[in-house]
Amino acid sequence: MNLQNVLPVFRREIRSYFNSPVAYVVMIVFLAIIGWFFSSNLFLQNMATMRVVFELVPLVFLFFIPAVTMRLLAEEKKSGTLELLTTKPVADVEIILGKFLAGWALVAATLVPTLVFLITLMILGSPDVGPVLAGYAGLLLMGGVYVAIGLLSSSLTENQIVAFIVGFLIIFVLYMLDKVLIYIPSAFASTFEFLAIDTHFSNIARGVIDSRDVIYFASLLGFSLMLATVSLERRKW
Amino acid sequence: MSITVTDLRKNYGQLEAIRGISFAVKRGEIVGFLGPNGAGKTTTMKIITCFMPPTSGEVKVEEMDTVEHSLEVRRKIGYLPEMNPLYLDMPVLEYLEYSASLHRLAGQAAQQRIAHMVEVCGLATVRRRDIGELSKGFRQRVGLAQAMLHDPDVLILDEPTSGLDPNQIVEIRSLIRELGTAKTVILSTHILSEVQATCDRVLIINEGVIVADGTPDELQHRFQGDERLTVELRVPPPITFDGVMVRLRDLPDFQGATLQSHAGGVLTFDLQTGHGTDLRESVFRLAVAENWVLLGMSRQTTSLEEVFHKLTT
Repeated sequence: MNLQNVLPVFRREIRSYFNSPVAYVVMIVFLAIIGWFFSSNLFLQNMATMRVVFELVPLVFLFFIPAVTMRLLAEEKKSGTLELLTTKPVADVEIILGKFLAGWALVAATLVPTLVFLITLMILGSPDVGPVLAGYAGLLLMGGVYVAIGLLSSSLTENQIVAFIVGFLIIFVLYMLDKVLIYIPSAFASTFEFLAIDTHFSNIARGVIDSRDVIYFASLLGFSLMLATVSLERRKW
Repeated sequence: MSITVTDLRKNYGQLEAIRGISFAVKRGEIVGFLGPNGAGKTTTMKIITCFMPPTSGEVKVEEMDTVEHSLEVRRKIGYLPEMNPLYLDMPVLEYLEYSASLHRLAGQAAQQRIAHMVEVCGLATVRRRDIGELSKGFRQRVGLAQAMLHDPDVLILDEPTSGLDPNQIVEIRSLIRELGTAKTVILSTHILSEVQATCDRVLIINEGVIVADGTPDELQHRFQGDERLTVELRVPPPITFDGVMVRLRDLPDFQGATLQSHAGGVLTFDLQTGHGTDLRESVFRLAVAENWVLLGMSRQTTSLEEVFHKLTT
């Protein structure tokens, strides 16, 4: 693997996001939704906290990330440009990595404007900055996993709608695992809880960056990217 | 850069797309793949360009195997896929820069190559426009520019002139001819005149096997059947076709004649003769001797179309 080959793929995807309305629409809508929920209760609660942001963003990511990742490979498959790309001297894993990083960068870019909320809080009161920064780190990790899963589902099909639905379903299952604990036998409860993405995210969002949680995210991310690479290599079977 | 293909096979599930193709292309040769749709031309090209590996057999580009040394081979190859897929939302220059960076061309070197390709392919007037806005002819040139950008030793062009108007076809062909002098070129087409116009050698592929291999002239010659001479004669009223036939039988190497039409004393008929015989002179002398009026005569030999038709049906 060579970074020199990852970079052109990454740059093209970033340009494609920011040369079209996609990135801007997504960023504005994202900011508006989060902003509404952040500000509507802010003065009622009278607490300098960003808890509501960290509760809401994972839910919004659920829809928003599959939507921005669905085209990454499906579109190229459909238009045939993937054939051109894979006959250039670039390894499949480099293509996957370039596209993943571009998707992740877009997610990070949509999070940047939400720092406005933190600045607002700092003007109005004195929030505890530590957990907020940890929360952002958690959002980035979770976003990374979602992007990797979205990319994987985009690699499975040439239909972007199918890619969106598959990506959404996988993420939805990961998200819901710890919300259904009361319906399942207690023997499985701890397993479900461990597999649930929200468990690990809320650990981090509390301000405790535990290696177990980081490893959970990293392995899920790595595994998804590996599967995406294998899926891209399917043409060779 | 030479290409050696040995006993190449590819199955798509139950379907055998190519069934044992072997051939070799020398440096500087322009080879045309000719065959009906679904014959295996594109599949063979996809294997040579390392898009997918063969089920069995091997392809070597200058002693490098396309499976084992895939990345090295890909560096040497310029590829224009069927249908010419392009990123429609990218401006021409940006797309060429992207292609250059995938080949690790950067800075001054990349800019020089891009400027050169823009000039050679006649893209100067559209270089800042989005590819999606361009006409089919310009898109095809962008595809060619992209394929030749890194100055590859091998060019693989899958139907480079499909969908172009006749003027554009002539332009693209001469471009390929020009560039082909220093490179090894494989192109596919199902337009026969294209092969005659551009290729040094033709491989006719049908149902996954090579059915003919040679220069266009050689193929025409090899598969040349009997020759046909179409004659138009005006004969004086009492004489009928049978009367003419009696005299024709005396001609050397005469194999038969079939009447096409008989109207107003004008006879039109086909004369069959053996391979390589030219009866025109004898027919003329016979007509003069008999006092028939010779209105027309034309000699037909097997065309590449007929060779193709014979081999692929």
